[in-house]
Amino acid sequence: MKKTFASPDSVSGESRDALIDLIYRLADDDLILGHRNSVWTGLAPILEADIAMSSLAQDEIGQAVAYYRLLHDLGEPDPDTLAFTRSAQDYRCASLTLLDRGDWAFSTVRQYFYDVYKTHRLASLSDGTYAPLAQLARKVRGEQKYHMMHSRMWVSRLGDATDESRERMQRSVDTLYGHALGLFEPTPFEQIIADHGFCTTESGLFETWRDEVHSMLDHAGLTIPGDVTPKHGGRRGQHLPELQLLLDEMQQVYRLEPTAQW
Amino acid sequence: MIRCNHVVQNDKLGDPGYEESLAAFEARIAHGDKVEAGDWMPDAYRRQLIRLIHVHANSEICGALPEGGWIPHAPNLKRKLALIAKVQDEVGHAQLLYRAAETLGKSREEMVEELISGKAKYSNVFHYHAETWADVATISWLIDAGAIVNQRMMAEGSYGPYGRALKRICYEEAFHLTHGYDMCITLAGGTKKQHDMLQDALNRWWKPIMMFHGPSDKESRHNEILMKWQVKLKSNDEQRQEFLRQYVPKIYELGLTIPEEWNLRLDEDTGDWHYTEPDWAEFLSVVRGNGPASALRLRTRKMAHVEGAWVREALEVAARDERMPVSVN
Ligand SMILES: [Fe+2]
Ligand SMILES: [Fe+2]
Repeated sequence: MKKTFASPDSVSGESRDALIDLIYRLADDDLILGHRNSVWTGLAPILEADIAMSSLAQDEIGQAVAYYRLLHDLGEPDPDTLAFTRSAQDYRCASLTLLDRGDWAFSTVRQYFYDVYKTHRLASLSDGTYAPLAQLARKVRGEQKYHMMHSRMWVSRLGDATDESRERMQRSVDTLYGHALGLFEPTPFEQIIADHGFCTTESGLFETWRDEVHSMLDHAGLTIPGDVTPKHGGRRGQHLPELQLLLDEMQQVYRLEPTAQW
Repeated sequence: MIRCNHVVQNDKLGDPGYEESLAAFEARIAHGDKVEAGDWMPDAYRRQLIRLIHVHANSEICGALPEGGWIPHAPNLKRKLALIAKVQDEVGHAQLLYRAAETLGKSREEMVEELISGKAKYSNVFHYHAETWADVATISWLIDAGAIVNQRMMAEGSYGPYGRALKRICYEEAFHLTHGYDMCITLAGGTKKQHDMLQDALNRWWKPIMMFHGPSDKESRHNEILMKWQVKLKSNDEQRQEFLRQYVPKIYELGLTIPEEWNLRLDEDTGDWHYTEPDWAEFLSVVRGNGPASALRLRTRKMAHVEGAWVREALEVAARDERMPVSVN
């Protein structure tokens, strides 16, 4: 039985740094992907999908806020400051989340890759030793179950429906697979995180992810590209230029009057 | 999709039995009964309702665009979440309304086609650009307020499915109004730059807002029969007056002004607001597609529709495919 950490005060030193880094990754992935998904509101292929995508974006941004609150409890700035004042290099999101929304197939495949990752991540966090995070993860899992079902449904529907849908989905799988691998980029904190029981290792997560994704894509008539280099860097703050553009867009109004209430 | 299930029967002037059916129909309405989808109704009633609901649905979906464009720029997390939810509601309203119009025999596909081809109209206010964040606040507060005045009234109208959709819609619009008012209060009481932004937005939006409830009763072609059949319970001018009575004092309370040229003044005896009559020729030109943002709105809707065509096609194929392993909802 691992030692549990009931509150922010109970973690210190390198384990605290590791925990903070882990929560930044969770929060930033959700905020940035939620931001990308929110852009579909009003523009999706059918009204029903529009509404569902918008709910997804709201859940993701809402979850990001919850993670930012945990960070704030650990002594980091408040959620709005974290979302609106950091520069790109301070973000810890994976490149998968920050790419522009692309066509519906691109957003669908991205979401599917991310949802499988997140489902397994949350499962591990729920059993983790940092109580506030484990508690939040258990709560988020309830919402995540629906996201996962929804993502699977889209991949399964579009993967094998028409020539065009198959072709678009395959193209997105090819483009996004390396970025998806970037979700599992090793970090210097990995061993500490696992040793303290905050969460499982990235390589452990990756194995469960890979098994599930491969069997699902296979079922949907899609092929996993061979020999793909993982797109790393995001977890270290080395991002594609898209992130800076996204942040400029996101912080545009805020920067007009940074000290004001909005 | 809901298919038209009405049997068209002697529902036009000159058809055998039309006068009797009409008299019974009008008696029901006078009695306060609601007309339901399968009931006998004059063809003219059906057409007017389809026209109104279609325009309303289009306005919701086009109304999602000016504010939706500001989702990526919302200045804090609370506003960001509230704005996404608000725009999502508007899309949901379009969905409800297209469904209500379908009960009268017009398909969603037809309605969408007519919208993107420029044949069908939508509300004048969405033919204008949302230029700054303060425009988002102004739209959410005052346009939604104007919409509530209109929709609360229409919700009491004689066609049941439209009335029920509107009741649900009004419930959500009330949240939008609160969210918009809260944004306006924050900007009005914020820094000078924020206050000026809001005043500037109000200056630009006042004209479309004055036009929002439609042409003056002296000019409106549709009013008389719509009021007789209780599709509409208040005239355009009555709705405009109701809006002004409720919101002009609130606008002044925030330390904002309304542009001089409107000569807004309160008649202390009646409580009515007097104002310079809007240019209704300009209004008509705007709703016919000559507003500053008309071309952009149609282009955006059309692009979304065209780019989504392959998805809709794939969904149809997938729906026929029994191998579908997972289903949702
Ligand atoms: Fe609405
Ligand atoms: Fe609204």
